[in-house]
Amino acid sequence: MVAKDKKRAAASQSLAINGAEAVAYAMRQAEPDVVAAYPITPQTLIIEKFSEYVADGLVRTEFVEVESEHAAMSACIGAAVAGGRAATATAGPGLALMFEMLSVASGMRLPVVLHLATRAFSAPLSILCDHSDLMAMREQGWIIMCGANPQEAYDQAVLAHRIAEHPDVMLPFTNALDGFGVTHVVERVDVLPDDAVREFVGEYQPEHYALKPGVTQTFGAWAHRDYYFELRAQTAEAFRNALPVSEQALAEFREISGRRLSILEPYRLEDAELALVFLGSADGAVKAAVDAARDEGVRAGALRVRLYRPFPVRAVAEALSGVEAVGTLDRALAIGSPGNGLFLDVAASIATRRGRPAMKSFVYGLGGRDPAKEHFDAAIEQLADPERREGVPGMTAYLGLRDGGNE
Amino acid sequence: MSTRRGDEGYRELPIGGVVLDPGSTRHNLTGSWRSEHPVIDLEECVHCLICWELCPDNCLVVVNGKLASVDLDYCKGCGICAMECPRKCIEMVPDLPIEESA
Repeated sequence: MVAKDKKRAAASQSLAINGAEAVAYAMRQAEPDVVAAYPITPQTLIIEKFSEYVADGLVRTEFVEVESEHAAMSACIGAAVAGGRAATATAGPGLALMFEMLSVASGMRLPVVLHLATRAFSAPLSILCDHSDLMAMREQGWIIMCGANPQEAYDQAVLAHRIAEHPDVMLPFTNALDGFGVTHVVERVDVLPDDAVREFVGEYQPEHYALKPGVTQTFGAWAHRDYYFELRAQTAEAFRNALPVSEQALAEFREISGRRLSILEPYRLEDAELALVFLGSADGAVKAAVDAARDEGVRAGALRVRLYRPFPVRAVAEALSGVEAVGTLDRALAIGSPGNGLFLDVAASIATRRGRPAMKSFVYGLGGRDPAKEHFDAAIEQLADPERREGVPGMTAYLGLRDGGNE
Repeated sequence: MSTRRGDEGYRELPIGGVVLDPGSTRHNLTGSWRSEHPVIDLEECVHCLICWELCPDNCLVVVNGKLASVDLDYCKGCGICAMECPRKCIEMVPDLPIEESA
């Protein structure tokens, strides 16, 4: 980091706030033209705080109090078509109600930003965290970044608009932060000065928009069998661009913040024989389990995936190239699937590799069950045992379930 | 005049399928989707214009206050006109004989 950036980073302010407030703070700084949102636990703190900023005149956003999440996303899509920067926030069942409009935002290439406080799906009714909502949206053409703590939730909220609105990308962006485990946890968060964020995020300048003076265009038109396929392929190509653009944005963010964020966050992986791959706020417990295993002489490591979509296939394969056994830690149960979400992603990434490692699909922490170090100790123990490290295809090994591991 | 030719690859298409020019229905004749079309018996018609009012595509042509014809460039053959005609003087006729259209 050069001296100038150090000075800039030093100008940042340290606040003791929770993850939801950190996201709202970044939203105020990025200043969307429109925020349309509906309250739902554990996301509500985000829009509550943001609506205070609006009421206090600290941000010039048009805040639309809609009647549902379907309407929230629809309003964001309308705002983005009109030529505005749009953002919203939701969680679990709210995302489910929003679902129809998710692919509209991506297919129309609208860089709407969604802050997702991850929450389990009903039933049984749960307001607590797991990644069922996140996993449900992973093929809807949304860029997804997943943070581990309030600081990362803030940083990703700043990065979101810059990546989404890049001319080579123009796709919607989900900033995922774990419900309660990040949204409601108060930690030190270093926030950047307003002008630094404004400069970093820049002005939203789409090529085509509906309120462009003197131009008559049609947005969201029907495509018959003559155009639909091509337009889906066009979206897929832009989605591939989101990977290098995200890497670039993370590097530029380092310049202004001094914080080193990467699309993948490896931990003690250089010489590891066993690796745990995971998303989000289990970070501390996973690292504690890795450290404990290392103390016992087991060469364990971990790989946290920050950029979940587009999935960094090559980088994941490279990061895991030296390991003998990989355990994927999913926080959502893909019932009836040949594998849980992250397991399938990692398996596909290394499928063509010669001498692939043993793989096992673990699930932990459903419905807000706290990710504990002991859960991940158990995973490492299984991976360390040549008899137990290869999972049964289609079977999930449970961590922290009273009935046992289902190995 | 639309810039769309109908044979473009995705790299040539505007982002997100935006239609850049207005008036694309002038050449995009949606009547091609039809499988049957209305035939009006003008001898029986009393020109109440209920069909004209209810047609979702504005395809019933009225001249000097009287029903004159159907705009087959855009009629999609939904049959609402025939269903609603109080005189039952509009008949839906297959565009092709059933055997040939199968």
